[in-house]
Amino acid sequence: MEPRISGVDETLKNELSKQGILTTTLQELYNWGRTSSIWPLNFGLACCAIEMIATTMARYDLARFGAEVFRPSPRQADLMIVAGTVTKKMAPQVVRLYNQMPEPKYVISMGACAISGGPFKQGYNVLKGIDRYIPVDIYIAGCPPRPEALIDAFMELQKKIDAQQLTGENRPRHLSADQPSEFTVPRFGEHDLEPTRNPAIWKPPLVQIAQAGTDEFGSH
Amino acid sequence: MNLEAIKSEIEANVPGCRLELVANPSPSGQHSLLLDGEHAVAVATYLRDAAGLRFDFCSNVTGIDWPGKEVSQTATARKIVDGLEQEVEEVGTTAIPGYLDVVYHLYSVEKKHGPLVLRMRTQDRHSGVHLPSLTPVWRSAELQEREVFDLFGVFFEGHPDLRRLLMWPGFVDHPMLKDYVDPDDYEYEPTAHDVVLRRVNQHRSEAGGR
Repeated sequence: MEPRISGVDETLKNELSKQGILTTTLQELYNWGRTSSIWPLNFGLACCAIEMIATTMARYDLARFGAEVFRPSPRQADLMIVAGTVTKKMAPQVVRLYNQMPEPKYVISMGACAISGGPFKQGYNVLKGIDRYIPVDIYIAGCPPRPEALIDAFMELQKKIDAQQLTGENRPRHLSADQPSEFTVPRFGEHDLEPTRNPAIWKPPLVQIAQAGTDEFGSH
Repeated sequence: MNLEAIKSEIEANVPGCRLELVANPSPSGQHSLLLDGEHAVAVATYLRDAAGLRFDFCSNVTGIDWPGKEVSQTATARKIVDGLEQEVEEVGTTAIPGYLDVVYHLYSVEKKHGPLVLRMRTQDRHSGVHLPSLTPVWRSAELQEREVFDLFGVFFEGHPDLRRLLMWPGFVDHPMLKDYVDPDDYEYEPTAHDVVLRRVNQHRSEAGGR
């Protein structure tokens, strides 16, 4: 039988806290600590980075979420915000930076370009989404997303970290010894990056191509 | 700014140079001067330094790919058909070889005039693509000539640092050439239409129905 982590009953916990007794679990404490101080990696790729910088400044004040410490070194960062267009020339460096970050680490793919290539999708020098090489936790749509959207992504990431379990089948990657923490850095090939994607983490979703070009009612 | 006057002034001052006026039939009428590669640097230096012209600012360098094409012509010829001399229309095709154009836009900050549009033309599209660099004359052309080299494959002789700019050193293609075929990474196109839809279907059929 699966061991119960949060072994304390919620109503009992509430009752105890009314009496001035705090109960917690190691998992809650561990996740609370990580949730409340996410240190993003200090790098930007394009115009989304400007919105990211605005998010950290006085008007939007990302410090309210404990994530104001942008680290200039991947060794000290927990979170990579891929803010902007990832060109094919830049992609190996982005993957290498991600590999250099210590676990546990998270990725926010910020804006249309980082998700799919965005307006530059069919361009000869633009990667069609950073999730082809590294695992992405949160996607934010927008071109560029507003600071509120980035704050929303932070809150979603905090929820995600809060819900992570330390043991069991669904435990996160960094608690499982057989899961990779580094991913293949693509090489510069003669015509494209090699490989063009990491098949272990990205598989093309199935699209019903017969319906392409038609609207939701099936007409052209 | 009369292009004819500039042309004759250059011809008088740069001996041996062969200039050609390339007319622009559009309403903007920005006609250009086609330089020969041999004298291009001398002409550019003259344009920059001549007291009346002083084109001291090269604002833009770009390339144009003109692929080879076949033009069909109908010509009438007199021939003997069935013992009678008749006028016969003959349709012949002439192959016009392709070439690359490099275009420079010049302004004079000092004299407040411009733009003057210069062109240089390569012999063909893939092997005879050597042209003189105008970076020694206008330093602002350096990065833009690198870009033209990267995307069109024009080799600028005399350029101080001719490396690729947007693509990486091991890349072999020149993406802005019209016959460039981009790599087949059409495995996931959720909103495919037109050209992309065609490439997706091609990818599916090659990948065995997936």
